[in-house]
Amino acid sequence: MRELFGLIDADSFYVSCERAFQPALEGKPVVVLSNNDGNIVARSRESKALGITMGMPFFKAKPIIEKHNVTWFSSNYTLYGSLSRRVFDTIDRFVPALEHYSIDEAFVHFDPGRHEEDAHEIRQTVRQWTGIPVSVGIGPTKVLAKIASAIAKKHPEYGGVVDLSGDDADSYLKDFDVSDVWGIGPRYSQFLKSEDEPDAAQPDLWEGAGLPRIRRKLKIETALELKNCPDAWVRKHLTIKGLRLVWELRGISCLPLEVFEQPRKGICCSRSFGRPVTTIEELGEAVAMHAVRGGEKLRRQRLAASHMTVFISTSRFRQNPDEIYSGGASWRLPYPTSYTPALVAAAQALLKRAYKPGFVYHKAGIFLSDIVADSERQQNVFAGIDDERRLRLMDAVDRINRRHGRHTMRPLAVGGARGWEMRRENLSPRYTTRLGEVLKVRAC
Amino acid sequence: MGASVHRLVVAAVSTVGAGGHAPVPAYLCCVPAGFPSPAGDYVESEIDLNEWLITNRLATYIVRVEGDSMAGEIHPGDRLIVDRSLEPRHGDVVVACVNGEMTVKRLTVEDGKVLLAADNPAYPPIEVNGEQELIIWGVVTNSIHRLR
Repeated sequence: MRELFGLIDADSFYVSCERAFQPALEGKPVVVLSNNDGNIVARSRESKALGITMGMPFFKAKPIIEKHNVTWFSSNYTLYGSLSRRVFDTIDRFVPALEHYSIDEAFVHFDPGRHEEDAHEIRQTVRQWTGIPVSVGIGPTKVLAKIASAIAKKHPEYGGVVDLSGDDADSYLKDFDVSDVWGIGPRYSQFLKSEDEPDAAQPDLWEGAGLPRIRRKLKIETALELKNCPDAWVRKHLTIKGLRLVWELRGISCLPLEVFEQPRKGICCSRSFGRPVTTIEELGEAVAMHAVRGGEKLRRQRLAASHMTVFISTSRFRQNPDEIYSGGASWRLPYPTSYTPALVAAAQALLKRAYKPGFVYHKAGIFLSDIVADSERQQNVFAGIDDERRLRLMDAVDRINRRHGRHTMRPLAVGGARGWEMRRENLSPRYTTRLGEVLKVRAC
Repeated sequence: MGASVHRLVVAAVSTVGAGGHAPVPAYLCCVPAGFPSPAGDYVESEIDLNEWLITNRLATYIVRVEGDSMAGEIHPGDRLIVDRSLEPRHGDVVVACVNGEMTVKRLTVEDGKVLLAADNPAYPPIEVNGEQELIIWGVVTNSIHRLR
């Protein structure tokens, strides 16, 4: 029997994590905010029904939140990460292979024949053990599994599991909007739904050449219509990637399960400030903090970076164009490193090149690239490398900070308690990772 | 024998508890040279409380008690180990959500009636009728009471 894929996807994951420890919020409108309590990043079904949209700024949603008594939370990534691990580890007990696709989605292989049964058991077990509701999509390819899971989410009457591995797959695909197909971005979906081919959309060109203007109807609206497009046409207009996608729609698997984590191409640490920032000293502390975070991320995966970019920008929403600035500076480090003092020094030097006085800055960040594994660092005898002593020092610092909290031990450049940490005014406890913050139960 | 020691070691490490640290047993079978230690055949991993207290790590949570309605076995400030994968049975101490509050009580089922009883006689039992919503969140398997 052929291979079967599944996509297991948590429903409103961040909201579900909060509800897992406050079951009284089941069935009530809940939202979770982004870093710095800026925008809405997760909504329960009930909040969606109230008209709260994804990415809506918090201040804009506030009237609805207050009127309808919507419960809101700052994002508690420690909790979400911990529950995500529990959900994946639980699923892992039922399936032969699992790919962590995102914090709330996993692709899996199912044992054909018992896939439906397994899917229902996974749903039920994950819900009971972790409190997180998940939907399961099944299909002969990843693209079909992803479509199946989207249908399962949209139509609760299917019981949280949709299987597109049978002969009736087309009856689902004919109602599935092409713009929701995995891999079809907004640009492609606009093109597919338009009436003309792109050449024909430039009448001057056609008429100027004295050729009759040909209108060929395109109007591909559904996944089924895309599935039935001829290969040559797809390849011409959607590239080889699009062709692969169309084949996947036809049930021919082109995208394997990626069980091993891909090596990272770059690490980005950035954040908008909770308040206006103008001086280079303050920006310096912020980029130093991002460099510290970057170093931690590199070391956790035993990686080293040899290229750094520092970027700073004002708010995009400023009215006067003279008040808008966005700048950055890059530098190739002398050798791949994950040593915090080296990263902080580089970030400070780059900031001096990127900084322009007289602006109100909104955001700063660093991007680390040209990343190599610790094991393949090129030794540079002249510039030196991260020697054993530096690695041991960083290891000790990381252990202290893991135990006693982030930034317990930090370079002076990060500054004191200036509050570069996020604004999180309604943060739930870290129920699963801090003994001091576990769920309180009343016996009274 | 060496192989069986390895299996023991792995079993101990895999049961790291919720938020806890399991002791990692030292590698004890390595004998560089000379006469092998006769104790090598008797190596066992150290006692691991996680292994003893937690059966299903993925479904286990720790909670903290406030109040004395369960006084007798469970005291204010105690930490409870709660397993969400267990089916609640008559007589179990459970964490339940009643009228929006997370509470710890003893589940009793009498003549088809569900009661959430307090161990402390000063507190009356909560009778769960049709109008109230009762969610059994998890079953308490152990309570940890610190003496100093």
